[in-house]
Amino acid sequence: MATAKVQQIVNSRRTPQLEKTRSGITGFDEITKGGLPKGRPSIVCGGPGCGKTMFAVECLVRGATQFGEPGVLMTFEEPAEEMAKNVVSLGFDLKDLVARKRLVMDYVHIEPAEIQETGSYDLEGLFVRLQYAVDSIGAKRVVLDTLEAIFSGFSNQGLLRAEIRRLFRWLRERCLTTIVTAERGEGTLTRHGLEEYVSDCVILLDHRVDEQVSTRRMRIVKYRGSSHGADEYPFLIDDQGFSVLPSTSMRLNHSVTKERIPTGVKDLDEMLEGKGFYRGSTALVSGTAGSGKSSLAAHFADQTCSDGKKCLYVAFEESPAQLVRNMRSIGIDLEPHVKKGLLILEAWRPTQSGLEMHLLRIHKLVESHKPAAVVIDPITNLIGGNQHEIYAMLMRLIDFLKAQQITALFTALTSGANKDLEMTDVGISSLIDTWLFVRDVELYGERNRCVYVLKSRGMAHSNQVREFLMTDEGIRLVPVYVGSGTVLTGSARLSQEAREKAEALQRSQSIEERRRSMAQRRKAVAAQIAALRASLADEEARAGRILVEDERRESRILQDAMDIANHRKSNSIEKRRAHSAG
Amino acid sequence: MKASSAAATKKNSGNRRTPIIELKLYVAGQTPKSLAALSNLSKICKEHLLGRYKLQVIDLVKKPQLAKGDQILAIPTLVRKLPMPIRKIIGDLSDLEKVVVVLNLRENDGAR
Repeated sequence: MATAKVQQIVNSRRTPQLEKTRSGITGFDEITKGGLPKGRPSIVCGGPGCGKTMFAVECLVRGATQFGEPGVLMTFEEPAEEMAKNVVSLGFDLKDLVARKRLVMDYVHIEPAEIQETGSYDLEGLFVRLQYAVDSIGAKRVVLDTLEAIFSGFSNQGLLRAEIRRLFRWLRERCLTTIVTAERGEGTLTRHGLEEYVSDCVILLDHRVDEQVSTRRMRIVKYRGSSHGADEYPFLIDDQGFSVLPSTSMRLNHSVTKERIPTGVKDLDEMLEGKGFYRGSTALVSGTAGSGKSSLAAHFADQTCSDGKKCLYVAFEESPAQLVRNMRSIGIDLEPHVKKGLLILEAWRPTQSGLEMHLLRIHKLVESHKPAAVVIDPITNLIGGNQHEIYAMLMRLIDFLKAQQITALFTALTSGANKDLEMTDVGISSLIDTWLFVRDVELYGERNRCVYVLKSRGMAHSNQVREFLMTDEGIRLVPVYVGSGTVLTGSARLSQEAREKAEALQRSQSIEERRRSMAQRRKAVAAQIAALRASLADEEARAGRILVEDERRESRILQDAMDIANHRKSNSIEKRRAHSAG
Repeated sequence: MKASSAAATKKNSGNRRTPIIELKLYVAGQTPKSLAALSNLSKICKEHLLGRYKLQVIDLVKKPQLAKGDQILAIPTLVRKLPMPIRKIIGDLSDLEKVVVVLNLRENDGAR
């Protein structure tokens, strides 16, 4: 009930929903969920050189060219001529817009030295000029570039404040979408507290330099009647104007596919269930210097382009020409793909700008080329800020690519002791779907390359360590020799294999020999048995004879005894006979 | 008050060396401030500049395009176009003494 009533009051007070008008600035409309408040003043504040004017002018130009909203540019600090010259570098032709009646420029010059005050006055002149400019082309947007400059021209601050308040009311009444720029004050958003009067939308721009690398950031301090992104968003000003990097896709709700995209190395596909990466997944190839990360990446790019899909390859270590030349040495020719426009090779120095700027540039490239796959070689060079920043920015990039189902392959350089090889990248490991690890194995005076799948989400990948060879027909994987706690690669593996072959031969020979000697032994034993049996029979025969003789002798003794007893008529004979019989 | 180019020009044949003072008064409609400024200005002119000034009253409500030329922001504004350099006085000119000083009229008095 109560909420319904409140809603009603809100509805009756003004337009039911806050109407917004698109600024046309890349990324800004996303973070504000629609753009600037329509027909109301907004304030853009920030320190000197942070891009306030650029922002405001771009809003005007985009409004005039894309949204059919002509604009008035009233400058208080820069003459119109200079302003027009300054924004040519952003690709804006203000003079042309003026000629086509899409824009009116008015330079308000205040020269305190030639002005004296006597008695009361107001700023009706400003209103008259603004009204005239707006009416002359039916303007919908107004930019007041550094309105605060009027504070230097007049001494009566109280009157100025009243007039500024009147100005904003006047702008609202006429439903003019207005951007007022203001210099940032100490401890306050604007030097003269303009934010008191413009309470609809306050945008703060910031320009920071960390370790000699500059980063521009934007924050929506306030947006009355609307939800908005509250973070600091990095932005870029380049030859296409202003672009803000939104991080709205922080939710994990990417749609997924079962579709696979080959890695470009057949043997490597075999290790990943024979099919390769999932489309839209993120793969990381990490390894030590010179372990073949870029070659794997080039294979992937080559494969993607051969399949007729677009691939964006961002190189931070090699120029495009150098990359093409070097990859030719392992039998990958990227040039035809570049010529066909399938492969977009972009290279710039990682020290050129801050981390966010790199990612913003990548964003822009992705948006303009719409590739199916993105290779960044290597991401480790991007790293300039602290661990947390890197993590956050990589997450943004990965989320951005995932949301568009773009398969990403990053390479990362690891360094340090052997044990720590996997540790160094733990920070980003949770962001990675498929992690290939390339490492050098140094044994018997040579270095050889090994590759294995450290992890691969959602597939039964091989757990085997494979040696990989760079041939002039690309990368080939061979099984390594694993035995007694060591992994053998290269010539050590070859010699081990030869040794094994010899041993096997030897083993089979000795088995034969043993079998033969066994047979002989069996024969010998059989002969012995026969001999023993013969002698046993002999002995048995002899023993039998002796026994018979003994019995005969015994019976004869008995007979003799009986004869004697008979002779003596004894009866004990019967007993004795019975005994002997028993 | 006449809308525009209300020029009151009289030649002072006696003193040719004193240059003619060219004045423009910018107003926006017949507001009390504008009317006050005009009456104050007439008073000053009568007293100090008789016969050697040109005055043009410009109503920006009727001719808004003229505001740009003299960089008018405050209303009313009195602009001394000649002699150089340009001087601007904003406000209703109620401080007559100050107006006289700023327009540098006293010197001319002495010369006469």
